[in-house]
Amino acid sequence: MSTATGESNRERFEEARKRLDAHVEEMVQWHFDPATGCPFWLEWAASAGWDPRREVRSFADLDRFGHFQDEWLRGGPVRRWVPKALADRPVYVFETGGTTGIPKSRINIEDFRIDYELFSETLPDEYFPRGSNWLMLGPSGPRRLRLAVEHLAHYRGGICFCVDLDPRWVIKLIRKGWMDHLKAYQDHVIDQAMNLLGAGHDIQCLFTTPKLLEALANRLEDENSSLEQSGIKGIFSGGTEFTPQWHRFAREELLGSVYLTPTYGNTLMGLAASGPSGPENGYKISYYPPQPRAVIQLVDFDDSSRLVDYGGTGRVMLTTLTREFFLPRFLERDEGEREPPCEAWSWDGVSGLRPYSRFATATTVGVY
Amino acid sequence: MIHFPVLRWGEAYKSLEVEKVVHFATGEPVAEVSQANPGLVARDMRRAERARQVLREIPSGELLVRIQKAGSLFSSAELPLGEGTQTPEEFVRQQSATTGLPEHMCRMNMAKLRYVLDEIGNILSSLTRGLNLDLLGRGYGEEDGLMRSYQANTPVLGMVLPSNSPGVHSLWLPVIPLQIGLVLKPGPQEPWTPWRMAQAFIQAGIPKQAIALYPGGGEVGAAVVGHCPRSLIFGGTPTVELYKANPAVQVHGPGFTKILIGDDQVDDWEDVLDLMVDSVLVNSGRSCINCSGIWASRHTEEIAEALARRLGPIEPLPPQDDRAALAAFTVPGQAEAISNDIDAGLQQEGVEEVTRRFREGERLVRKQRCDYLRPTVVHCRSPEAGLAGKEYMYPFVSVVRCPQAKMIDSIGPTLVATGITRDESFRRALVDARNIDRLNLGPVPTIRLNWHQPHEGNIVDFLFRARAFQMA
Repeated sequence: MSTATGESNRERFEEARKRLDAHVEEMVQWHFDPATGCPFWLEWAASAGWDPRREVRSFADLDRFGHFQDEWLRGGPVRRWVPKALADRPVYVFETGGTTGIPKSRINIEDFRIDYELFSETLPDEYFPRGSNWLMLGPSGPRRLRLAVEHLAHYRGGICFCVDLDPRWVIKLIRKGWMDHLKAYQDHVIDQAMNLLGAGHDIQCLFTTPKLLEALANRLEDENSSLEQSGIKGIFSGGTEFTPQWHRFAREELLGSVYLTPTYGNTLMGLAASGPSGPENGYKISYYPPQPRAVIQLVDFDDSSRLVDYGGTGRVMLTTLTREFFLPRFLERDEGEREPPCEAWSWDGVSGLRPYSRFATATTVGVY
Repeated sequence: MIHFPVLRWGEAYKSLEVEKVVHFATGEPVAEVSQANPGLVARDMRRAERARQVLREIPSGELLVRIQKAGSLFSSAELPLGEGTQTPEEFVRQQSATTGLPEHMCRMNMAKLRYVLDEIGNILSSLTRGLNLDLLGRGYGEEDGLMRSYQANTPVLGMVLPSNSPGVHSLWLPVIPLQIGLVLKPGPQEPWTPWRMAQAFIQAGIPKQAIALYPGGGEVGAAVVGHCPRSLIFGGTPTVELYKANPAVQVHGPGFTKILIGDDQVDDWEDVLDLMVDSVLVNSGRSCINCSGIWASRHTEEIAEALARRLGPIEPLPPQDDRAALAAFTVPGQAEAISNDIDAGLQQEGVEEVTRRFREGERLVRKQRCDYLRPTVVHCRSPEAGLAGKEYMYPFVSVVRCPQAKMIDSIGPTLVATGITRDESFRRALVDARNIDRLNLGPVPTIRLNWHQPHEGNIVDFLFRARAFQMA
């Protein structure tokens, strides 16, 4: 992807920055107004000793919040996160983590739909044909993915078939060393996908995880078929397992002419799309968040107040700014390299995403 | 820079992900290693049967000849490496540079592997009790007028290899002549031996389609174990616990190797002092067959003191020095964690570090980019002491006072036990002890292996099962 330069681009980036500052101000006004904000942030402000509505005028002013602590999301009452102005709306709760102990919970009303509608604009119609049906092959349950992918299918005029996978059980199987059970569970999931793909449902679009994509492609090949022959045209997948090497492997050995695009997303942020990735750029994967709804920054491992230079390695710091959810300066469990704005996105991105190296040994990733 | 590709049934594959392997003392990159992704392993294992097929096309006798030739090539030829080649002396220097093992120990391990390859025919004859190897390839045949049949449990043996001691590679050398393919996941700091051995095999005429190498992280090791019907892995106690009930996995963990001195011989303990020192010190104490416990009912303080007098003064020396007896710890924090663990164990009553009296300076020696632990002899007044059952990856030994009658029940799992006794009843008890694997009766150093005998289970029994077979 070419890095944008020149006067017009500088203007574009400046406009994006101004738009972000204005958005920050608007969101802070909303979340800290007693008439509209959620109980959590209103109580926080009452004891903070300063008034965010008066003092936050730009994105940089969010530094005053310090870092959002993920422990705040564990346990109830979950209603404390619902903005008063949205209290009469149907509320979803999505969870992250939770293999052991209390999971982190985030409330959602429309955000997941908005995030996936924005993401839809990045999908090429040639490979994700409008009106075609989808298969969601991955974690559902308490996660956002099922509803989000289903909404994406609806938004693009299709119907979504779903096969569930419980990642918490998968992690337990791995930790217990029950590899036979793990294999049997994966087979059980793939069996269901095979049934759906062979049932004449005109499924042309797929969301799945890298591991399940491998298993599905291998199974299809075992049965003298392929992803291509099964009718799939486009796939999106994601996670820190979606590395340049894995992408190359998938392209060279699993996909045939099927299109695959990486994404980076989670319950707290939404969904970041990727620029083109392929042999022409060494399969480099750069993600750009849906700014101004979410902002990704890469900060120094030892000094989170310092942004790393472009190309430098840092820890991902996420800020989410929607009317449903305010999450300032949250230090993620991932690290990567800071990417400059480009033609398609007028703000910073991140490449080389991987688990945060100082936590990596304790984290089980890519299990499903 | 030297580049190690992934080897997919003999075909080099350069990954987009590479890990640098650095010199333990200078931090300078020595080589870069392509990192496989687990999907590659899963993909390639779909063609595992071909590995056995290509080997079965070569008669066993011919395979043995080629393997012996490979031994010669491994120890003396210039073999392909990266874009260039590698001489045996370069191999020694490079292996030492990334593992921290002194060069003379790398040479010793190289000679050990050569010996196993030279002797491969006799070793297999011992492990199969003289079976005609062609019978394993064909699956059945008559011997001494009896029909025998053996079924291969797997077309390939998967191996997740360690970095700590190159000598362990001897365990997989008999696999190719058994017409079973090799799937190796090298240790992160020791890509050298698997690669060089694979090149020696290929140059000696072993079909490259029978050999795969997948350098990578833990998830690649899991993929090897997950996709090979039989695997041999190395790891610590948690790994052993994880896989011990899995019949498809032969797991090699800590040895907890010991010397047990009977009451009838303990008054003459000085006669076996050299044997005890060698058992603790050889190969810098890195092997599972190095002694980590010496048990006797009396004279234990004198034994510990005599050992400490010999071992305590040993200092780290440059790896090129032929007197270097200690290997460096190249993983940051590992030596310090071990030293702290020992210090915690020394807090118990009745436990003393005896080497402290014979050593100038601290046990933990910090260098700029690596650490060393100096030999450590601990005296334990009873088997209940926590340090009585410890094993660490350097010359560490607990001298434990324990009545002979309680010894076998107290020692726990023991890979190698050398019993210094002529007491027939104690010898009988040692022979019958189910917590001892390899048993030496008499003054045999624990580190002296007889390659003609099985190690932690017979690999032939692991790879093949005898079955009934009738043909009308």
